[in-house]
Amino acid sequence: MRKLIATSIIAVITGIITLSFRLETVKKHTYATLPKDSVGSAKAFMSVYRVLMSSRCMNCHPSGDAPLQGDDNHIHTMNVKRGVDGKGLYSVRCSNCHQAGNTAGLHMPPGNPKWGLPPANMRMVFQGRTPRQLALQLLDPKQNGGRTKAQLIDHMANDGLVGWAWRPGDGRTLPPMSRPAFAAQVRLWIAKGAYAPSAKAK
Amino acid sequence: MFNITVNGQHHDVDADPNMPLLWVLRDILGLTGTKFGCGAAQCGACTVHLNGEAVRSCVTKINRAAGQDIVTIEGLSANNNHPLQLAWNEINVPQCGYCQSGQLMSAAVLLRENPNPSDEDIDDAMSGNICRCGTYQRIRAAIHKAAAMQTEGAKL
Repeated sequence: MRKLIATSIIAVITGIITLSFRLETVKKHTYATLPKDSVGSAKAFMSVYRVLMSSRCMNCHPSGDAPLQGDDNHIHTMNVKRGVDGKGLYSVRCSNCHQAGNTAGLHMPPGNPKWGLPPANMRMVFQGRTPRQLALQLLDPKQNGGRTKAQLIDHMANDGLVGWAWRPGDGRTLPPMSRPAFAAQVRLWIAKGAYAPSAKAK
Repeated sequence: MFNITVNGQHHDVDADPNMPLLWVLRDILGLTGTKFGCGAAQCGACTVHLNGEAVRSCVTKINRAAGQDIVTIEGLSANNNHPLQLAWNEINVPQCGYCQSGQLMSAAVLLRENPNPSDEDIDDAMSGNICRCGTYQRIRAAIHKAAAMQTEGAKL
């Protein structure tokens, strides 16, 4: 009888531990949902779009293979190129000038440990994309770095390199809303159904 | 106190963590072959190798270099006989010479990664190094020559 009780207790504990791991896994891949609302979802995305198309975000998501600089989005000086891994080429690698943090002073190199462009096989272009094109691209794991919607939210809300846009160093303009407000709009866009704006939206 | 390896030699350096590596090299270790150009990672005159990468030492703080392997122009070769140095000498690349140690350090990374670079590859690698004398055509010719010398050397 004692053996049976002991076995049952062990079985229950094992079950609880297993379930807790499963719940953690499930939790990682879920996100808040609201009733489907194509108008509200697309409206939230337009706020997201304005941030993504701001210079701090778009300059490292160019349509070509050179990063951009400044609020006028000019092509990076020094003929900097993306390279296969997005970190530059030869003696012109991003981290040769860009440090782990911003270098102090106007026109000094900004910095982050992950500084770079998306890699050549996953270019994640923002420049020139319409709201609809960008929304569809962001939702496509084949074009968004293999991210699920939950991972997309996490990337926008918590990624350190994305967060640099709100701490860009001396003299650089900020995106048009705070990061928490931006993350809230991303969550709202997805919670309401992750709708892409119409092709006419600008 | 920071421990750094420069040209194969270990040094214990007592410096502010924010001191640029360039200052450490020039003012503390006396390695003045590496030049101060702009101080803003815009010109490439201060290029040295940090674990083999062509970093701009004017914006690289000593705390990033701590425990790492640094090579300056003084350590590019044992007897000034790196193919690039031989080619530079043969073609008389420098005019005033101020930028040339940075040019050589950048070119060395290019040749290591691409032993037979095209003109476009040279542009991709060398556009971060500015030369006020405009020796760009001779730099390009010397890199091609060094690549050929390197290939010949490998055959011997």
